[in-house]
Amino acid sequence: MKVKSSYIPYLLILPAFAYLLFFVGYPLVQALYTAFTQNGQFSLATVRKTFADPYFWEALKYTIALAGVIVPTQVGLALILALAVNRAFKGKDLTIYALTIPLTISDVAAGLIWYSMLSPSGFLNKLLLNIGLIHQPIYFFGYQYRHMEFLAIVLAELWRATSIVFVIILAGLQMISNEYLEAAEVFGADYWTRLRKIVIPLLKPSIQSALIIRTLFAMQIFGIVWILAGRDIPTLAGEGFYRLTELKEYDVASIYALVIAGLSLLLGALYIKFMKAEYLEVRR
Amino acid sequence: MNQETKFMLKRLAFYAFIFTVVAWIVIPIIISTLYGFALPKDYYDPKKVIPTSFTIKYVKTLLFTLGALDGIKNSVIVALITIAISFAFGIPAGYAVAKFIFPGKDTIKLSIVALRMFPIPVMAIPLVILYIKLNLIDTLLGVALAHTAMALPFVVLITSSIFAGVSTELEEAGMVFGLTRLGSFFRITLPLALPGLAAAAMFTFVMSWNEVFVASILTLSHRTLPAQILSIMAGASGGAAPDYYKFAAAFIMILPAITFIFFARKYLVTMWGITLK
Repeated sequence: MKVKSSYIPYLLILPAFAYLLFFVGYPLVQALYTAFTQNGQFSLATVRKTFADPYFWEALKYTIALAGVIVPTQVGLALILALAVNRAFKGKDLTIYALTIPLTISDVAAGLIWYSMLSPSGFLNKLLLNIGLIHQPIYFFGYQYRHMEFLAIVLAELWRATSIVFVIILAGLQMISNEYLEAAEVFGADYWTRLRKIVIPLLKPSIQSALIIRTLFAMQIFGIVWILAGRDIPTLAGEGFYRLTELKEYDVASIYALVIAGLSLLLGALYIKFMKAEYLEVRR
Repeated sequence: MNQETKFMLKRLAFYAFIFTVVAWIVIPIIISTLYGFALPKDYYDPKKVIPTSFTIKYVKTLLFTLGALDGIKNSVIVALITIAISFAFGIPAGYAVAKFIFPGKDTIKLSIVALRMFPIPVMAIPLVILYIKLNLIDTLLGVALAHTAMALPFVVLITSSIFAGVSTELEEAGMVFGLTRLGSFFRITLPLALPGLAAAAMFTFVMSWNEVFVASILTLSHRTLPAQILSIMAGASGGAAPDYYKFAAAFIMILPAITFIFFARKYLVTMWGITLK
């Protein structure tokens, strides 16, 4: 039995809620103020200045392009992995353990780790050279190899953040009742039919939430890009960081913050729309 | 081809796939660790895919000369303050969500889920202006306060699921025998929830330990480890430090995280909503 009480739960929640509200609300207001005023007057000068900077559009382009390449690949990959692992086999625990290791590895560390794989004297180049598959090292880094830098970021980010998607999808898979699958099997549905007609439709909420969570975090991509490519591949968070720490342009940095916030708000609204149904039904 | 060989082939293909996947995750970690301890002559030798002679010189230089040790100290302090504040605010809220029924509960839960998504760069950039006014800029407390805002929604959600797992009957039994609600929380619920809370603390620790954007923006001389590493490794535009320092840095950064996942594996996966059995 749960206790009904008029004000106690609100009192318990209030401090946490107030704290979060302050740390979300204050920065938003401050960013709006810094971005849209000059000497206390409303002004669009900063907006114009930011939009006139080619780096802004490059950053927007690359942030969206990275998300567009990374997130769908991650979801596809995680889906395959989760489907493969979600059965009884020898070494299952160890496999899941290995797949969850990157959950705790930061973006900076992941960038450095993949640098050891892809640098001109790195593992991959030396391996391929020694097998004889290539005769020149493949260069991944440096401004003239921007396409390869993009690829390096994608590889590192796939390695680091696929585990989060994997865990979400695996959790979704384990919630699917075996009875559905057994019933389908009795009626003669083979593996692919069961996958297409039962598993994927029931997995839709998990896939949706994984997609949106990952896209949301992809809008803030920073550490991994900063380590592997610096400003060769500009991103929204990276440019905001650069403007603030190197140039001390608080107003321009605030615009970057607001653009990230706007993109996230849009995705967050989608997230809540999809989550609400699932969240209230499935969990307690 | 008969049924049996077909079955065997399928099994073989399956294990080959699993092996590839595990190798894909594990090999980069092993390689970067080996390279972190390798002598540069081995690293730059195109014939040596796997280095054979090792040194702790670069890890040592990184720790003692380049300030990674101070970074570790700062990171630990920030993470501990973050745990303390986010638990002080988060545990009561988590308890309320788990054990009370009240109007608006679903909305509150949902908004906490949504707040978890709040983008960190948005928070950090304007905070600089406030922190300068409050003299919190370049302090560990300032970073910890921002990290708390990042960790708090997770702490509320995790603790609420932990408390929901502690049977209400036990608490009620305690109250029948004369404990107050608060007393039964401290003497019954809290001890039972302790292992889960410890895991939640580790989760918070790793979140704060790994966070780089806020820490880099809000500090200059009191940098946490990731912020320190970022400023050494990615000077103006990628590649200020020699390669072998990068690998040594990766090793220092991932060691606590991997230790954590080893010890808290059971809880970590439960935290994400699956049971590994």
